[in-house]
Order: sequence, then structure tokens, then C-alpha cells
Amino acid sequence: MKKIALFLALGLAFASCNNDDDGGTPPVVNTNVAFTFSQNWDGDPIENSDYETTVYTNANGEEMTLSKLVYLISDITFTNTTSGETFDAGDYNLIDARTGTGTTFTPGVEIPEGEYTVSFTYGFDDEDNQDGIYQDLNSSDGSWAVPPPLGGGYHYMRLEGKYINNVGAETAFQFHNIRANRHNTLPPGPGTLEELLDTSIDVDLGTVNIVSGTSIDIEMNVAEWFKNPNTWDLNVLFTILMPNWDAQILMNENGQNVFSRGVVAQPEGQ
Amino acid sequence: MKFRSYIGFIMVIVLFASCGDDNDDNTYVPTPASLEIPQLFQDRLLPPVIPESNPLTEEGIALGKKLFFDPALSLNGTQACVDCHRPENAFTDPRRFSVGIDGSLGTRNSMPLFNLAWNFNEEFFWDGRATTLEEQIFDPVTNPIEMNNTWPNVESTLQATSDYPLMFEQAFGSSTVDSVNVTKAIAQFLRTLISANSKFDQFLAGQATLTEAEENGLAIFLDEGRGDCFHCHGLPANPLWTDNTFHNNGLDETFTDRGRGGFTGDPREFGLFKSGSLRNLAYTAPYMHDGRFETLDEVIDHYSEGLVFSETIDPLMKKVAEGGVQLSEEDKADLKAFLLSLSDPSFINNPDFQQ
Repeated sequence: MKKIALFLALGLAFASCNNDDDGGTPPVVNTNVAFTFSQNWDGDPIENSDYETTVYTNANGEEMTLSKLVYLISDITFTNTTSGETFDAGDYNLIDARTGTGTTFTPGVEIPEGEYTVSFTYGFDDEDNQDGIYQDLNSSDGSWAVPPPLGGGYHYMRLEGKYINNVGAETAFQFHNIRANRHNTLPPGPGTLEELLDTSIDVDLGTVNIVSGTSIDIEMNVAEWFKNPNTWDLNVLFTILMPNWDAQILMNENGQNVFSRGVVAQPEGQ
Repeated sequence: MKFRSYIGFIMVIVLFASCGDDNDDNTYVPTPASLEIPQLFQDRLLPPVIPESNPLTEEGIALGKKLFFDPALSLNGTQACVDCHRPENAFTDPRRFSVGIDGSLGTRNSMPLFNLAWNFNEEFFWDGRATTLEEQIFDPVTNPIEMNNTWPNVESTLQATSDYPLMFEQAFGSSTVDSVNVTKAIAQFLRTLISANSKFDQFLAGQATLTEAEENGLAIFLDEGRGDCFHCHGLPANPLWTDNTFHNNGLDETFTDRGRGGFTGDPREFGLFKSGSLRNLAYTAPYMHDGRFETLDEVIDHYSEGLVFSETIDPLMKKVAEGGVQLSEEDKADLKAFLLSLSDPSFINNPDFQQ
């Protein structure tokens, strides 16, 4: 009996060794993925010291400076290129580019290491763009919320600054991007709202091999907002853009190529 | 058997020693307290900022209230916090500039005090130079044009009284008065100053109806083309009615007071001052950081046709070359009606906030 038991034990031990030697199924490693957000003007990094000082020339030829750049991203999604499985924490991040607040963000979801296409939503899609429900956004930047007469919800972006207009005068601009809202009459007020259109933008960052410690930079080229496909004329569209349906559509069109994937940083040896 | 007896003896000794310790220390344990957070704030805002180093207690709040109303904090015993932060004025000063103990005039209008626990940026004063409420409280006591005292003198004055040492012991576990605990106690009291029961708050709760003028005033307030007040002063989703941050709102072409920039040294912040809350405007005249406007009408006129350009003017100030957005007289009146609906009489009459 003892001999049989010993034989079984040895057999089991060898069998175990065989499994290990063959490689078997490696343990699944789950990891978070960190993101950083940077901004540039046609490749020139925009730092804190550039705000209100560095003069940029937009595609229409106006000289302009930036005072404020705050924007919202949401629903960073990882889609496994092999299995098609998707991972999305459903969270969001508000980035204040000038102060640096929110320029690093780690979505609250762990994913197995592997190859993924990575995407996110600039702004909130309609499913998430619910009026007043996010206490942190209500408490951020004074009022990240959008007034109810404009459809409520939240800003996608506040880009503000000054430019030299076509008669040589320094003029303020407020390039505020929200869900497009059409009114039967302006100014907006109770009962004027006729139509809302989700003008958030789905951004595809391409395929990334995700391993533990991966960090992905998401770059915003601010010049693109004024360039492609619509050459933005600040002399015409510089203020009161929130209730301007056409302006919001133009922003959506120009925003399609604003974001790109920057450096993908991974631990050494990966 | 002998071992058991020995253990028993030790236990008895320890028991007696423990009892003895308790009786000798006679340590007060303050009673934890919490803010009565209005439902409106619970629904729409992040929780209040209560530092871990200064949790609210009933004894701390009571001590802070007593200190707030006590002129013993000033050098000559003539001036208390309340002299420049009056409850009937939503804890600001109806004078343009407050007067110090020796008759010196300040250079900025006293700030109203309410909903301070929801200042998420934790930048206090018109220029944001204090990064906690406790730090803010240190300033006026020693400011030469305000209470002009020294903290050692404050400590010795309070220590010599019959009641303060016990109150400090009950609040903080030590009868020794020190400046840190003075500021902690006052900060605890100030955090209880909550205002969230204006007519407009009641409207949001479905308990009041706006007049036509108030409703139109709200629309103007929320309209980028007319008031566009909400980008700095909040909206129903942010019922603090301030962003608690800093702007140049077109008051001056040049600056005698550099505001935020005077503290940070950053020329881009010259002439920037904190947005005041629009709550309780009925009680907080005069207005602006230097109290230059005596009436709300003057304030509205400023934004409508009185803006002047300077290098750091905020891009949210519109049509500066024309002085502003040129509101009609009817729109001005309606905007004023709405703004006054944000005033909260129950706040200024709250018996908990009176001496």
C-alpha cells in the first residue's frame, strides 16, 4: 500500500513537472493603463508659460494667444484585437491644460495584458451627458455644467483667449464646445430649444500592446480646431458660440483630427 | 497554582493602574459634530472640505463662536472678528473699507463668510493667498491695520481668563491656549455658516415660484450674449454661485492693487480678484474687492457699459471696446430681480450665528 502511494505521489510530481516544462497556460496578468494629456500648436508644445504670452497664427491668419484650455474626455475603451472583448471603466477626466490639473489619468479598469485598439470619447456622448448629475464636474471650474436652456449637460471644452481682429483690435474669443443645440429663436431661454445633437467625438488611438506599466500620451493639436476641414474665421465666430448650432457642427468637424496618440511608454524590457 | 496566583495579582495591579490613569488624566474627549448639509448641496456638490487635522466637534465650534465674537483677540481689546464680518450683512462689512483698532483703513472690502467649506480650491482672501481656512484666520489678528496684535499676546490674554482654558481643554484636550487651536476653533465655527435657503433655492426644491422678472433675469444670467454671468458665478448645477477663482473683470486700466498677481508675482495675474458669491447680495453691499460700487445697479451697469480694457482682462468680458454688452433697462431690472432671489434671510437671522 505504501509502495502504491509512493508511486502515485511520484507520478503526480512528474506529471506536474511535465506541465510546467510544456509552458501550459501562463497566468493572466491584469493591469491598469495610465494616460497623460499634452497639448501643442502644430507640434510646438504648449506649456503654462505660453498662456497669454506666446502668439500663434491660426489657419485664417489671425494672431492669437490662449488664456484657458479645459476639456473633458470620457469612456476610454480597450478592445482586444484577438478576442474582441472590450473594457471600459465608464469614467471621465477633466483636463485643465494651463494648470496641469487632470493631465494624468488612470481609468478605473484593469485589463489583461495583450494587444488592444484604444479609443475614447472627447466630451460626453448623450448617454453620459446628463444634466447636473456629476457632483465633481458641478464643483469644477465654477460651472462645467451647461445651462438648461442650452440643453443642459456639460461642456466638452472651454478654449479662451484673445486675437487681433481684422481691424487690428485685440478682441476676446470664447471657443466653447458643447452639444449642438438649435433654438426657434435667440437669445435662448425657456421654451426656445428645438433640437439637440450629440457632437462629442469618438477618437481612435490605434493599436497598442498593453503590458503592466504601459502609459499612453494623448496629444491635442490646438491649431487643428481652427484649420481642418473648416478654416475658422475668428472675426465671425469668436463669441456666443454655445447656442450657435452651425458653430458647434463646425467644431465637431474640425475636432476629428485634433487628437492623436503620442508616446506609448512601457517598462524597460517589454 | 502559584503561577495562576501571580497572574491574578498582576491583572489586579494592571486594573487598578488603568483606573488610576483615567482618573489622573481626566482627559476630555470632544463630541464629534457634523455639518447639516443642505439637500441641494448633497445632490449637486462634492462633500464639504473638512481637514483631517481639524475635525468638527461641538466643543470646538462653541469655542470658535465665542472667539469670533470676542474683542480679546485684538491688541487693545476693542475689536472682534464680528466687527468687520457682521451677521446681518452675511458676515461682511457694510463699510467700503473696515477700520482697524487704531483707525487705519483697509484697502479691500471685507469678504462675506458663508459656505466656506465648499471652497474646493481652498484659496482664501480676495487674492487667494491663504491655502486653508485656518491659515486665513491667522492673518487679521496680527495685521497692523486690523487687530494689530501678536499671537503670544493673544495666547496670554486668553490663558488668563477664567473660562477659555477649560474650553480649550474640552475642545482640544489641552488647557494651554495656543494660536493653532485658536484658528482651528474659529475655522470650525466658520464652516457651520451655511446659506442654502434663498427663494431661488426653494424654487429649485419646488417650493417657490419665480416671478416673471426673476425668470427672465435667470435667462439673462445664463445667456452668453447678455449676462453670461454663469461662467464665473455658477448656475443651478453649482449653487455656490461662485467659481472661487480669480478674474480681471474690467474694472481698471491700471492697477493700484495687483490682486492675485501681487501675491503670486505673475504679471498675467495682475488685477485678478476672486469671484464673489452672488448669494446674499441684498445684504453684502458695497460690491467688488474694493467696495467701489454701493448698489447692485452700479454693478450691473459696470458689466453692461462700464468695462475697461487692461492686459489681463478676462476673455469672458465681452464687447469691452463698447464698455460691455449694453443690456436694456428692462433686462437690467430683471437680472437684478433674479440676483436678489439668491439672498437668504434665514441665514442672516439664524440664531446659531448670533452672539
